[in-house]
Amino acid sequence: MRIGYYPGCTLKTKAKNLEQAAIESMKALGIEMLELERWNCCGAVYSLADDDLIHILAPARDLIRAKDQAFDKVVTLCSMCYNTLARANKLMREDEVKRKTINTFMEEESDYAGEVEVIHFLNLIRDEIGWDKLKDAVKVPLTGLKLAPYYGCTLTRPNEIAIDDPLNPTIFLQFVEALGAEVADFDSAEKCCGSYNMVSNPEAAVSAAAEVIRSAEKGGADALILSCPLCEYNLSRKQANVVSANEDLHPLPVFYFTQLLAIALGLDPEVCKFELNQPDALAFLEEKGLLKGAVA
Amino acid sequence: MCSSDTMTAEETVKAVEAVMIPVYIMGKKYMVPESLTIMKAMEYAGYKFVRGAGCRGGVCGACGTVYRLPGDYHIRVGLACQTVVEPEMYLAQIPFYPANRATYNWDELKGEAEEVYAAYPELFRCLACNACTKVCPMDVPVMEYIAAIKQGDLDKAAQLSFDCIQCGLCATRCMGEMAQYHIAQMVRRIRGKFIAVPSEHVGKQVDAIKSGYYDKTMEELKALGTVDPFSDKGESDEIKKLKQLYKEREMESHAVEDSWKPENDYALLK
Repeated sequence: MRIGYYPGCTLKTKAKNLEQAAIESMKALGIEMLELERWNCCGAVYSLADDDLIHILAPARDLIRAKDQAFDKVVTLCSMCYNTLARANKLMREDEVKRKTINTFMEEESDYAGEVEVIHFLNLIRDEIGWDKLKDAVKVPLTGLKLAPYYGCTLTRPNEIAIDDPLNPTIFLQFVEALGAEVADFDSAEKCCGSYNMVSNPEAAVSAAAEVIRSAEKGGADALILSCPLCEYNLSRKQANVVSANEDLHPLPVFYFTQLLAIALGLDPEVCKFELNQPDALAFLEEKGLLKGAVA
Repeated sequence: MCSSDTMTAEETVKAVEAVMIPVYIMGKKYMVPESLTIMKAMEYAGYKFVRGAGCRGGVCGACGTVYRLPGDYHIRVGLACQTVVEPEMYLAQIPFYPANRATYNWDELKGEAEEVYAAYPELFRCLACNACTKVCPMDVPVMEYIAAIKQGDLDKAAQLSFDCIQCGLCATRCMGEMAQYHIAQMVRRIRGKFIAVPSEHVGKQVDAIKSGYYDKTMEELKALGTVDPFSDKGESDEIKKLKQLYKEREMESHAVEDSWKPENDYALLK
């Protein structure tokens, strides 16, 4: 099977460790992710102003590119790209007046009415592969590893684009279980990581991130997994600040969910680009005995 | 018939028995010969270019022009030296448009995308409206190269922007208020220094020049004597000889096969 793939700018710069592990894992599972030939920024944040159509141009243009390449589905890895593209897609599908305005403005492009379906990588696994088949494909079960799967804000909100039941999402839990790991009790799985406050109001961001890490720690998690580069920035790259500002907290390994997928599938750890994670990420996996099954 | 390069506008008009058409230059109506470029039409109308004109060959980017046609809301653009006038066009030259250029220390650069972001953080204000691409007289995919920079692909951005002539029209239309063409120039410089593979034959040729391979030819040319441009004695034999050599030189045409070689191959490296 082949599917259109929208990477997003961050996956090509700061979050290369989210991307390659995903592409290689899918290849191992028999799905080829074909990157769109042309694409631009997704818009990053969906504008909440009802009449702010100019911010819909970027995601709509990406969806047009997917349609022009005759893809009926486009998959994303980054939670924020997913959110922005899926919401823009919904608007293009459902709001006839705004759709006309946008299509008229982008007269150099083909008209678009939401023909492409935007899905997140977790949906791709659940709907195209299935948990049982994934379980069968696991070569290095993550036995003994207790994981806190973190949705953040953008995978389940607003409810009309949620990747799973918005009130009781289980998709990430099923993913963790399929890999053979244990799910930690994690009250803050859908709490905010601090988001862009890390730029304008770092104290607020550190306090939000602290709550997430504290919750994972309380649930006995060995590590936290996520799918959003901004969450990763606040919870991982800036974790030293969070931990030093909160005496009760301890360092917590953070991984992109695709990295642990690749490890569980027995792929070469090289594809995970662990050098972009916290310095001790690889050592942590080694200590847990999870790199033994890696293809030599 | 002599070429248009050597004719004045008035001579051209007589030679072709011009059909006159109305154009509006900065709102004022002029009747100009229909066969002229915008630049020549403006000169015909009495304008004298002290800015906004350069090579007159469609390369330097100095003469960016915007115009509109009746009954059409689109902004149209062209280089004044290349675009032929159309009836009823409303036009104006954009000889200069403010566009900040970042200062960076070339010797300290490592050739990373982050350095471009630091020099031009405004590039993240791109909304993908594509107005830049639509206004480019060189058909450069401006929005696409800005997207490539945001994706950290400087090689791709440099190649996509290769035809840019720095006219600056993109910057006039940008909602994000960036000067795309300056950003692209930084990226192309980075590509030249850090990404492009040095071409072997250029190195060989430089070595050949240094080693004195062409000294003999140069000496022969010099031996023809010095030329006094202010002399009123007419063309000397030396100058005639030089001109003859120049006229007879072999040139590779644009359409030749890769296997082309000059008949006289003394200058080729063996």
